[in-house]
Amino acid sequence: MEPASKLDVETIRADFPILQRMIGDKPLAYLDSAATSQKPVQVVEAMRHFTEQSNANISRSVHTLGSEATEAYEGARAKIAAFIGAPSPDEVVFTKNSTEAINLVAYAFQNAAFDPGADPRLKLGPGDEIVVTEMEHHANLIPWQQLAHRTGATLKWIGITDHGRLDLESVPEVITERCKIVSFTHVANLLGTVNPTSQITARAREVGALVGLDASQSVPHIPVDVTELGVDFIAFTGHKMLGPTGIGVLWAKADLLDAMPPFLTGGSMIKTVTMERTTFADAPAKFEAGTPPIAEAVGLAAAVDYLDKLGMANIRAHEKELAGYMLEQLETVDGLTVIGPRVPIGRSATVSFTFEGVHPHDVGQILDAEGIAVRVGHHCAKPTCDRFGVNATTRASGYVYNTHEEIDRLVEALGQVRKVFG
Amino acid sequence: MNLDELYQEVILDHYKRPRGAGLREPFEGESHQVNPTCGDEITLRVHVEGDKVADVSYENVGCSISKASASVLYELVKDTTVDDALARLAEFTALMNSKGQSEGDEETLEDAVAFAGVSKYPMRVKCALLGWMAFKDALVRAEASIPGRTDA
Repeated sequence: MEPASKLDVETIRADFPILQRMIGDKPLAYLDSAATSQKPVQVVEAMRHFTEQSNANISRSVHTLGSEATEAYEGARAKIAAFIGAPSPDEVVFTKNSTEAINLVAYAFQNAAFDPGADPRLKLGPGDEIVVTEMEHHANLIPWQQLAHRTGATLKWIGITDHGRLDLESVPEVITERCKIVSFTHVANLLGTVNPTSQITARAREVGALVGLDASQSVPHIPVDVTELGVDFIAFTGHKMLGPTGIGVLWAKADLLDAMPPFLTGGSMIKTVTMERTTFADAPAKFEAGTPPIAEAVGLAAAVDYLDKLGMANIRAHEKELAGYMLEQLETVDGLTVIGPRVPIGRSATVSFTFEGVHPHDVGQILDAEGIAVRVGHHCAKPTCDRFGVNATTRASGYVYNTHEEIDRLVEALGQVRKVFG
Repeated sequence: MNLDELYQEVILDHYKRPRGAGLREPFEGESHQVNPTCGDEITLRVHVEGDKVADVSYENVGCSISKASASVLYELVKDTTVDDALARLAEFTALMNSKGQSEGDEETLEDAVAFAGVSKYPMRVKCALLGWMAFKDALVRAEASIPGRTDA
């Protein structure tokens, strides 16, 4: 029997038609929400309703549909701001995804390098340092690595302990007076580690560096309040939090957004334009050139409503319990090694593992034949793989709709893997 | 989904007991190929003598499909002519791109026909082709390094 969850998982599951799908003759067990979550009917319906009834471009039409669309889009912005505890909706910038949100910040630094009048916080050059961690998704590594290459700044990183935690002891040494920006993952996508933030943000403040979080794996799963976190920016994406693909969010403090030069330029981000020059709109419009993902914003707002209704604290409790069960059960499988923290403390319900003598691709294939969807590969975190001396892992990740029974099926199917490759 | 079709005995056998594995000298061409989606890697060397593939040697990390495929490749092309090896390459590539519509010719492809089932799994076709891509590339490099051979 399952211990009491704070979530009514059976009722939740009824909102996700895809969870009724059969894979061959096996019911789907979807354990890949860290890659992308499934969408409840409420999200699909909100997008359908908007598209059927109110579709129009935003901000430039006086007609009824245009005003409804603008209201829906800006309403979504306000909803998301409230969801993450942002002081103002104007601090929420819609992007395509987390990757674009992080690039937006990295390119602000790069563009500032060409502008003599740029805010000194954004000035980067040889001798300056950028700090990330060894457990980043490539989305929060490569933009900074490339920025360092282009500006002559140095990229440094906080390492990982054997237990899959950040090596916090090294923080004072890694983050020095030369550091201009620290950007690190809140919850690691391969290891499942939930990183404590206070020590790193305090050190960043001490040396006068900006500090940001890749919150792609945290905003969907744990209560996130940007004011409490005391960071300068966070990036997250809609499709991992029950919302649609094609929309992500950059939240940044108003004064930072004001100081940042735009990333993409074009329509909708201007104040005045002549053939010679342009003045830019205030944030967030300054960073939203071109027609934005409007229906997707509506979908994301519906996803936030859904999460709010469940309660983020309840979701966190459910997943903590799920993580504990997953770890406990997986540890019983012969030849299986968990890569990442082995206790459900400071940990998400994302568990990576290797299986002695069997490549993750083969594990994933056999699990698929049992209807179980997991992710296999390097999970866009090659340096993390290297740190643990593996080429790839199998990763099972849970969310609001996952049950113990699905974990049991996973464990049982791993026995099947052993049979084929034993 | 029929797993037996994908993981045929022949494939599992080549995976567990890879033929011709390890890097050897001499060689004229070497290629390193990576599958960026899964991180699988192979380094493969080709030794050409006259118009013959005298040896193919390799080191790889990867799944059963990619490792077995390299082993089958070794058996098929070692000691054949370069022209025959290129013909096998074309034939195997066509089989992999057949989306399950071809069974392959056992006369020419031998053990490699066991991979016919793989062609139904688009995510795994790249695994099966990784070693063959390395072979193709290494052969081009080998031909380029041999004076007088410009026909390849």
